[in-house]
Amino acid sequence: MRSPPIPEMATQEVQLNETLAHLKTESDNLKSKLEEERAKLHDVELHQVAEKVEGLGQFVMKTRRTLKGHGNKVLCMDWCKDKRRIVSSSQDGKVIVWDAFTTNKEHAVTMPCTWVMACAYAPSGCAVACGGLDNKCSVYPLSLDKNENLAAKKKSVAMHTNYLSACSFTNSDMQILTSSGDGTCALWDVESGQLLQSFHGHAADVLCLDLAPSETGNTFVSGGCDKKANVWDMRSGQCIQSFETHESDINSVRYYPSGDAFASGSDDATCRLYDLRADREVAIYSKESIIFGVSSVDFSLSGRLLFGGYNDYTINVWDVLKGTRVSILFGHENRVSTLRVSPDGTAFCTGSWDHTLRIWA
Amino acid sequence: MPVINVDELTDKDKAVMEVNQKKLEVKLERWLTSKCCEEVKEYIQAREEEDILVKGIPEEKNPFKEKGGCVIC
Repeated sequence: MRSPPIPEMATQEVQLNETLAHLKTESDNLKSKLEEERAKLHDVELHQVAEKVEGLGQFVMKTRRTLKGHGNKVLCMDWCKDKRRIVSSSQDGKVIVWDAFTTNKEHAVTMPCTWVMACAYAPSGCAVACGGLDNKCSVYPLSLDKNENLAAKKKSVAMHTNYLSACSFTNSDMQILTSSGDGTCALWDVESGQLLQSFHGHAADVLCLDLAPSETGNTFVSGGCDKKANVWDMRSGQCIQSFETHESDINSVRYYPSGDAFASGSDDATCRLYDLRADREVAIYSKESIIFGVSSVDFSLSGRLLFGGYNDYTINVWDVLKGTRVSILFGHENRVSTLRVSPDGTAFCTGSWDHTLRIWA
Repeated sequence: MPVINVDELTDKDKAVMEVNQKKLEVKLERWLTSKCCEEVKEYIQAREEEDILVKGIPEEKNPFKEKGGCVIC
C-alpha cells in the first residue's frame, strides 16, 4: 500500500529531534543500569582494606639533578630503558635527549612547530618520537655521530586532523600509539606510516594515553576532555571499559604496575584509581587544600606510591593503599607539566613550565 | 589518517556511539570490589621491599647521588 505524500522537511526535523531525545533517554537508562550493576559488587573502598597496613615513614626526596637548556615550557618527557637517558620536548619547538646522570645534552632537534606536546623514547633506545601542533608524530633515529643532522633522517609516521597530545611506542620500535585533539587514538606502523587501527569513542580531545604492561596483553587506556577514561582493545579497536567519575579534563592516565588498575589525574584537582576487574573507581586522592589541576601521574615500582605533578608547581606523593598524602615536594617555579618514574624505580623526573626538568630521588 | 574528527560528529552520531558503548559495558563480568582491593594490597606488599622510592637507598648506591666535589692536592 502506498503511503500518502508528507511534507518532508518538518517531519524529518521532528523525527531527528525525537531520535536524539530517544537516544539520550536510552543512554541515561543504560548508565543507570551500569551504575546498578557496579554497585552490586561494591562492598568496600581500597583504604578500608588497607586499614591494618603499616603506614609509610618520613620521605626524604629531593632534587638531585636540574636539566637546563629548554628555552620555554617543558611539556613532555620520557625515560629510555637504559634508566639514564631522557627525552624532553618543549613549547620552543625543541626536543632534547639528555644523560640524566651527567646532565649533558646528547642530541637536540628543532621541530618545525612550536608546542611539542608529546615525546617518547623507542624501546631500543635508538630513536625518539615527537609531535604537537603540527598534528603529526615523527620519529627521529638517534645517531651516534653527534654532528649528524637528526632532522634530515626524520620520518613522519602519524597524521591527525588536530594536535598530537601523546605518543608511545608499543613493545617494539615498529609501532606507535598516538592520541589527538581530534578525539581519536590511533596505532601506526612506523616503517610505512600506515594506519593500523583507529580508536573512536571520546567525545572531545584525547589528552593522554598509557599502554598496559606487556604481561597483561594488548590494551591501553586514554583520558580526555570529555572527563572519560577509556580502556581499549588494540587489535579490535573496541572500547572495552569506560569510566566517567572525574569532574573535569583528564590530563594523565597511568597503568598500575600489575596492569589490573590504572590511575588518572585531572583538572578537578584529584587523582583516582580505577580497578579494571571491579570495573569501578576504588580510591580518590584529594585534599581540600589542593585546588589546582593534576597534569601527570605515575606509580613507584611496587605501586605503593602515586606521584602527581600539579599546576600549583608542586608534586604530591600519595600512599596508594591508605589514600593519604605522604609528602609534598617543592622546587619548580611554575606548573609541573610532566612526570615519569624511571624504568627501575630509583628516581622520577619532572618537567615544568619553568623551562627545566628535575630528577628526584 | 584516522577516520573521524570529533568536531565533525553530529550530536546524534555521538549519542549513537554512546548508547552502543554502554550496551556493551553493561554486560561486563565484574569481580567483587573487596577481592580486587585485596589483590592490589597483596601485589604491593610483595614488592614493597624492592621499591627504592618507598624504602630509600644508601647514598653511595644512589645513581643520582650528588656529584662529588673535586679536591686538588
